[in-house]
Amino acid sequence: MRFVLAGNPNSGKTTLFNALTGSTAHVGNYPGVTVEKREGRHKFGGERITIVDLPGIYSLSPYSPEEVVSRNVILDEKPDAIINIVDATNLERNLYLTTQLSEIDAPLIVALNMTDLLERDGIKLDYEELSKALRAKVVPVSALKKQGLKALIEEAVLETKRNERKPFSPLEGTYLDGLLKKADTMYKESRADNALFHAVKAIEGDSVEVAARGEAAAALEPDKKLIKNDFDGDFEGMVADLRYKYIDGFIKKVTGGRRKTHQMTRSDKVDRVLTHRIWGIPIFLLIMLTVFHLTFGEDLLYLGAMGLIPEAADETFLHAIFGNGAINSPGVILFNLVDGGTGSLTELLAGVMPEGTWYTGLVIDGLGGGVFAVLSFIPQIMVLFLFLSILEDTGYMARVAFIMDRAFRRFGLSGKALVPLITCFGCAVPGVMATRTLENEKERKMTILLAPFFSCGAKLPIWAMFGGLLYAGQYGDLVVFGMYIIGIAVAVASAVILKLTALKGETPPFIMELPSYHSPQFTSTALKLWQRLKHYVFRAATIIAGAVVVIWFLSSFGFDFWNGIVDIGDSMLGIISKVLRWLFVPLGFAMGENGWMFVVAALTGLIAKEMVVATMGVLAGISGDALELEGGELQESAIGLLVASMVGGAPAAWAYMAFNLLSVPCMAAVGAAAGELKNKKAFWFSIGYWMATAYIGAAVIYWVGTYWWIGLIIGALLAGVITYFQLTKKRRARKQAGKKPMLSTR
Amino acid sequence: MELSLDKLEVGKSAAVKKLAADGKIRRRLFDMGITQGTSVYMRKVAPLGDPIEVTVRGYELTLRKDEAAGIIMEVL
Repeated sequence: MRFVLAGNPNSGKTTLFNALTGSTAHVGNYPGVTVEKREGRHKFGGERITIVDLPGIYSLSPYSPEEVVSRNVILDEKPDAIINIVDATNLERNLYLTTQLSEIDAPLIVALNMTDLLERDGIKLDYEELSKALRAKVVPVSALKKQGLKALIEEAVLETKRNERKPFSPLEGTYLDGLLKKADTMYKESRADNALFHAVKAIEGDSVEVAARGEAAAALEPDKKLIKNDFDGDFEGMVADLRYKYIDGFIKKVTGGRRKTHQMTRSDKVDRVLTHRIWGIPIFLLIMLTVFHLTFGEDLLYLGAMGLIPEAADETFLHAIFGNGAINSPGVILFNLVDGGTGSLTELLAGVMPEGTWYTGLVIDGLGGGVFAVLSFIPQIMVLFLFLSILEDTGYMARVAFIMDRAFRRFGLSGKALVPLITCFGCAVPGVMATRTLENEKERKMTILLAPFFSCGAKLPIWAMFGGLLYAGQYGDLVVFGMYIIGIAVAVASAVILKLTALKGETPPFIMELPSYHSPQFTSTALKLWQRLKHYVFRAATIIAGAVVVIWFLSSFGFDFWNGIVDIGDSMLGIISKVLRWLFVPLGFAMGENGWMFVVAALTGLIAKEMVVATMGVLAGISGDALELEGGELQESAIGLLVASMVGGAPAAWAYMAFNLLSVPCMAAVGAAAGELKNKKAFWFSIGYWMATAYIGAAVIYWVGTYWWIGLIIGALLAGVITYFQLTKKRRARKQAGKKPMLSTR
Repeated sequence: MELSLDKLEVGKSAAVKKLAADGKIRRRLFDMGITQGTSVYMRKVAPLGDPIEVTVRGYELTLRKDEAAGIIMEVL
């Protein structure tokens, strides 16, 4: 048997699905759109039941990818029954979807969730009355406490076997009844499945329905013209209105006339603080700072800076927990433990494998240096994800969108884009994956395009190293901070330019439910984390491992690779870089006899940013970690001398950092972007956009840094272009406004 | 008295008279339960002055002032 699970967002659908299927869930994507499809198995008696989880939807209209997908699954896959989960604390709006599902032929079972919360408030629902009104079985459940699930499945199986449900539409007996009967008969005569559903859609003039069966909709037109009312021929509006009128007609009998009004609940009291007119934004910033501190901070609660922690001895197990004179955050502790573990494993392998052979190189440098480096970031990504999913589960993320929307709108984004972008300061991979929560496709694309400009944790070592070298290391902090500012500035400029060019169009609408605050649920969060982890490890094991092996091969062998391992300078990568470096000469850093080394390092950085400093170290010929060196030592070291040999000087160094900041973030993020964008064209556009931005950004920095007056020219050009676009936009808007009023009063 | 939802004072309620919005937004508003006669309570305005938060049919809904401007209310 095959059941589909349908319901509004925030109705507890995911919780119910997890409760029914345990960990058997299998996550995939619906073809063509970025909407997750989940299937799980449930055993009931002798029955093997497959449960398909539909995306959370408010309606079966054809306006969002989720709705179209849900509709197609229900109509095409012909499930044996539909389980509609309904949030009992938000009954009216949830039942609106129920009145649509009720028009489908398949048996319908309503799972009334969160009735326990209502009972706590002294509200008892009349299930009999509700069942009568909906003409469907109603089973009270608590998805969270796993109550009523057995009764729910029992009822669904029973209904499936009985299979005698007659579809029902709330339009029956209204002023649209004549039209409905006519359309229904028409569809029945053509022996269509789900005749009633299609009939209602034909009356609405639904775009998908009209495209599929234009003749049916056309046949109704004469009758539709006879209906005169306030709606002025807006049949979609009439149908929606009649659905709510139908619900209004019985809801008082079901709830006993009680419903949540605007009295203060506990959720409201929390909300009053978190979205406060003055404190709302500072509180949000504080929460984000705390999350990042707990994930990436190397001095937990700044105890070390306050001098409360004694310095720990190096290279002990405790060093992972206590850094140098400070306590690490949970994220860093986990990172150190995994990094130490994979490091020891690499050492162990190096000990037993014969020295100097190619396969030892592959295992030690390729696997140990590349794949393990990516794997060791997993704990921090997971910790970050844990915090973000807690914030999401509690309902706070929706409020973040609410308080920040205004600031984002002028860039063609909504407040919902903020969270993915902030996540990118930690790591672009979860940031890109979090764009899934954005409904609007343009907004999703734009957010992914901006992702690398928010400097991630792996890029920090590059800034730190240059900070220690530039200007004799005096302004190290300012150099690091400057890179973050450059990134944000480029992101803002990008958003403005993209909105005017490649991603132009209307700002996506922002009409969103703000769910009540809940305490986070351990099992649902843990399951979510586990699924993400599986995804990421799989990716690390395939795409990243492949890329790492290729890079290792190119950097270890010359074009005469049968002659064995050579120095990186004579390797294929080295030779290619010596040629490619001419491309980078306009950026300042590729000039001179050492120029090609910076090119190699930047190219390896396209795989993973951690490799930039490592590659420079290898090329400069130092052993050990350049970052362990401090102050004068770093200046005097081979890597310091290498950077000092940059012909372009400080402007070239800034240009080099900017190139690393703005270019393709890393293979892991590229994999994530491919996964979220789905569309090949959009994906290659992103890659091209990142490379072009990096090139242009670095060139501008180098040339303006060298000859300041170039800045004036570029500034004037930019101002000209933006003014031009603004003017034409206004003219176009005026033209359109002349044609038809912005808001027609139908 | 008639006025659009974005002009409704915080803390006041009014009933929906008609929707002057178009297309996708109009349908979305219907789906979210903003139909003729529905009572809407203006709850708050976001820290930066936009969007707004309203209570409708027992739940909280946020929308921008631009979108709220298309909802004509009847204040009793």
